Amino acid sequence: MSIASLALRRLFTAVPTLFIIITAAFFMMRAAPGGPFDSERALLPEIEANIKAAYDLDKPLVDQYFIYLKRVVRGDFGPSYKFKDFTVNELIATGFPTSLKLGGAAIILALALGVSLGTAAALRQNSLTDHVVMTAAMTGIAVPNFVMAPLMALIFGIYLKLLPVAGWEEGTIKDMVLPVIALTLPYTAYIARLTRGSMIEVLHTNYVRTARAKGLPERRIIIRHALPAAILPVVSFLGPATAGIITGSVVIEQIFQVPGIGRYFVQGALNRDYTLVMGVVIFYAALIMLFNLIVDLVYAFLDPRVRYK
Amino acid sequence: MTAAVEQVAGRSLWQDAQHRLRRNRAAVIALMLIIGITALSIVGPWAAPHPYDTLNYDFIAIAPNLAHGFFLGTDAVGRDLFVRILYGVRISLMVALAATTVSLTIGIVYGAVAGYVGGRLDEAMMRVVDVLYSLPFMFFVIILMVVFGRNIILMFLALGAVEWLTMARIVRGQAMSLKNREFIEAAIAAGARTPTIIRRHIIPNLLGPVVVYVTLTIPQVILVESFLSFLGLGVQEPLTSLGVLISEGADEMETAPWMLIFPAATLAVLLFSFNFLGDGVRDALDPKDR
Repeated sequence: MSIASLALRRLFTAVPTLFIIITAAFFMMRAAPGGPFDSERALLPEIEANIKAAYDLDKPLVDQYFIYLKRVVRGDFGPSYKFKDFTVNELIATGFPTSLKLGGAAIILALALGVSLGTAAALRQNSLTDHVVMTAAMTGIAVPNFVMAPLMALIFGIYLKLLPVAGWEEGTIKDMVLPVIALTLPYTAYIARLTRGSMIEVLHTNYVRTARAKGLPERRIIIRHALPAAILPVVSFLGPATAGIITGSVVIEQIFQVPGIGRYFVQGALNRDYTLVMGVVIFYAALIMLFNLIVDLVYAFLDPRVRYK
Repeated sequence: MTAAVEQVAGRSLWQDAQHRLRRNRAAVIALMLIIGITALSIVGPWAAPHPYDTLNYDFIAIAPNLAHGFFLGTDAVGRDLFVRILYGVRISLMVALAATTVSLTIGIVYGAVAGYVGGRLDEAMMRVVDVLYSLPFMFFVIILMVVFGRNIILMFLALGAVEWLTMARIVRGQAMSLKNREFIEAAIAAGARTPTIIRRHIIPNLLGPVVVYVTLTIPQVILVESFLSFLGLGVQEPLTSLGVLISEGADEMETAPWMLIFPAATLAVLLFSFNFLGDGVRDALDPKDR
């Protein structure tokens, strides 16, 4: 199967999945007891009717669903219920560059650091390096980022005064250090574990032995021969890792007061801002699926067995 | 000679696993910690000098103080942190138990049917799992919590409903390999019907991998519950959870660091223990990985 037809097939499953997400999110929101405007003071019936008409809430549910669906297909998530005068698109557009910077840095760091640490541990199996890396990895996996983040802020921000406790002024490096590390730690840890496991396996294969027999330098054997095969499980982990980093960024942005999409999402969730929550969920879902698609293609590119199956 | 052979032959898979688990020091310590923490969370609040929800305005955010019986200090409205942490542990363990049971039930039945029946049905059922897998589930749980208020029972169900996917895949794989074994053939030859075979022969035989996955699901569920509570979408006042306590502690960490450190440490120890126990059980039950 060529890479193009693989991509096409994935797109065919992505569209119905996205449709299911939109539908499920819409009807779950509408099944809620109480509307988004309930908490405000009692309104005159005429005004309430006007508001409802403005948000299409006076129409039958099925009609509302199709109105929403049509809008979403055009890429319009509608007005936010609680951030007055803002559309959901505007809020997402404001927060996205920041979230992208945070999440992108976290993924790149997780890959670079995880793969090198895992390789180092695999090369010196059962050495001190190996034990230190694997213990650190266990800590990174077991301790969630919302525990790690405030503790790191306490130690490096308050006690040692090395880094800002929170805040994000145009995203300077100093502001980024703690949030990015807190976000990336579990994934760095997991990638290190994955790389170590597969690297140990690959180093025992015949073609690596052949490369050694040819007298190639160790560096070259590892980088050119072993790594491309050892990295495959890491590549397939990148899909779930992105989803996890996106979810994690919600909490990290909250803790470090980073003005990204995640903060709007939490505020929207606490305020029952339905359009905002739905918009962000659909946006994230599309993003995760897009990334999964890219990961699948990269995997097919790296592993010929997938292409010729 | 004969006696020795008999002894070796007499050990079942489970006895073997138990023996191996006992030799794994990390797993044994983890298990003892879990039992200790569980016992303390049950007995502790009842024996402690202060109830979990009494506001003590004379003792606002004080450091650990043995003289007044605040072993781990108090929070921003003077409630005893020790007892509140134990309540948080209770919630975590309850969520773990309930959500794991839900995911276990759905996952085993779904996976066993798909794996044993096979063919078109299997393909369709696994396609559904694939689609569900690619959904950002955490966000759906958040929507559920937003929509239906922060209801604990609902959270149990929602978390269980999220975690069953992997279980279903594992069980399906096992069921497929069990399907061709002689004892299943014998059951078919004896005239047993498919539901009976699944219930009596397939499910009991795939317990091994399931047990392993359960011990690894528990910390997962605990983590998700704390995550939701941390964001303010989980357990609500005056009840508390480790996630809520950590979030409150993070707000006060400059003046009252114990409010952050003790709940964070408790959650970390709990998660560590379950992870180590899970790894130990896996090593014990899966001789391939030894």
